[in-house]
Amino acid sequence: MSMITEITLIAVVVAVACALPGVFLVLRGVTMVSDAITHTVLLGIVLAFFITQDLNSPLLMIGATLVGVATVWLIETIQRSALVSTDAAIGIVFPLFFSIAIILITLYAGDVHLDEDAVLMGDLAFAPFRRVDVFGLDMGPQSLWVMSVILVMNALFIFFFYKELKITTFDPAFAAALGFTPMIIHYALMTLVSLTAVGAYDSVGSILIVGFMVGPALSGYLLTHSLKKMISITVLIAVVNSVSGVQLAFFFDTTIAGMIAVVTGFTTLLVLVFSPRKGLYKQQLNQKRARKLLDKRIKTLT
Amino acid sequence: MKKESAIQIDKLTVAYEAQPVLLNISLAFKKGKMTAIVGPNGAGKSTMIKAMLGLVEPVTGEVVYQDVDQEAVSYKELKNRIAYVPQNTSVDWDFPTTVRDVVLMGRYGHLGWFKRPKNKDREIARQMLLKVGLPSFASRQISQLSGGQRQRVFLARALAQEADVYIMDEPLAGVDMKTEHIIMKLLKQLVAEGKTVLVVHHDLQTVEEYFDDIVFINQEVIAAGPVDETFDKQTVKKTYHRDRNLGEGE
Repeated sequence: MSMITEITLIAVVVAVACALPGVFLVLRGVTMVSDAITHTVLLGIVLAFFITQDLNSPLLMIGATLVGVATVWLIETIQRSALVSTDAAIGIVFPLFFSIAIILITLYAGDVHLDEDAVLMGDLAFAPFRRVDVFGLDMGPQSLWVMSVILVMNALFIFFFYKELKITTFDPAFAAALGFTPMIIHYALMTLVSLTAVGAYDSVGSILIVGFMVGPALSGYLLTHSLKKMISITVLIAVVNSVSGVQLAFFFDTTIAGMIAVVTGFTTLLVLVFSPRKGLYKQQLNQKRARKLLDKRIKTLT
Repeated sequence: MKKESAIQIDKLTVAYEAQPVLLNISLAFKKGKMTAIVGPNGAGKSTMIKAMLGLVEPVTGEVVYQDVDQEAVSYKELKNRIAYVPQNTSVDWDFPTTVRDVVLMGRYGHLGWFKRPKNKDREIARQMLLKVGLPSFASRQISQLSGGQRQRVFLARALAQEADVYIMDEPLAGVDMKTEHIIMKLLKQLVAEGKTVLVVHHDLQTVEEYFDDIVFINQEVIAAGPVDETFDKQTVKKTYHRDRNLGEGE
């Protein structure tokens, strides 16, 4: 495989893996919680690294996922106290965890590859250099494997718990009355979001993960009235964004993840304005039409 | 325990923090009757329903249901036999789903975890949508419905549960006349079939026309019994103009 093919493949897998849980984050209105998670998992990575002293240890992933879930729990506990709103609770927890991680890195891990730039932006261009080999056989880039596994997990979760995700998102009180504990589904989803965030960290960095999770899902939401179609459209848009993002990045010789994020932002805005069902343009059109109709009616009345 | 009561609430107290919302509620709801639950805003009507459905944890007291064999069981054991209609403001109507799908959700409880709806479930959902007079709306996105139509979709979902007990939170709030007629007609049918129907109700004008029994609530049970014996001006006044001397109020 050529390098650009490998990078494209990684980008597509990362984008789809993020977009799938993103669908439910958007529908539940908790996209900013995912923003917090994608940053606070760094604390888990750092803490696990201090224990294992090995950047390739799978413990890093577990530690990070646990901190991600702890983030959700803490945000919700603070918010339940009714002293502050959800966004304020996020504003308390996210910077606290993230800055502790940054302090720990600068104090004790200055010489290790755990620098803040890579954390925020990641580096897709270098992803193909970390490879998996089995008995001397090159099995392809490591991040492709990791993210593929996460992608499959996310897809299986949505496949098996589709009904449960749908009902707990749409009508939590009714779901709870039927015995589908919304809390279990919620934390399962948030665990997967954390795991996805950690996995995607290396290649795209935390800021862009949020874009990957929110952008395509939002486009899907604006383009259809069916949840199944929304998931399909979301995945499709995630693929289109990442493929064209990689191409453009190579063309302009610039950051790949950054370019995908720009493309993502651009397609999302495009859909926001031109969605044939709920787009801003359509809304304007409807308003004008309604106004004309009203004028006509008033004329016939007077 | 008296056999004709389908649901028994025993010394139920619910509080949010230090603020008691319901205090020492003891009630019995009769099988095959339609009962109105009335009281001013903040009287704890919705909270009582939620406690009955296990959605809020009571401080003390318990709610006991009777199954088909007249055995006393908890909500958990009977949840598939109880249909709950939340206030229709409680959900996101922009959610990407169709009317048909929402009604089908009424079957989810019977399916349990993992399992997918079968043709039989779809057929039941279709019939219930027909009953509430919205068969042509099946493929519509739910945001395109009027308030009354939304309420009817919620009722169709509850009917699809094929339950014994129907607990409804303000099903007639803000609905059109046509919807009100359809809902009341269907609820009366349920009662005629021997089901137990509880309705949080806000319109005192229609109490006598619609209901068999009534419960007046304002933190405590003010009065409860058959409408023709219990529903009078004094009780209404007592319920709605009662000083909330417990805690600090609103």
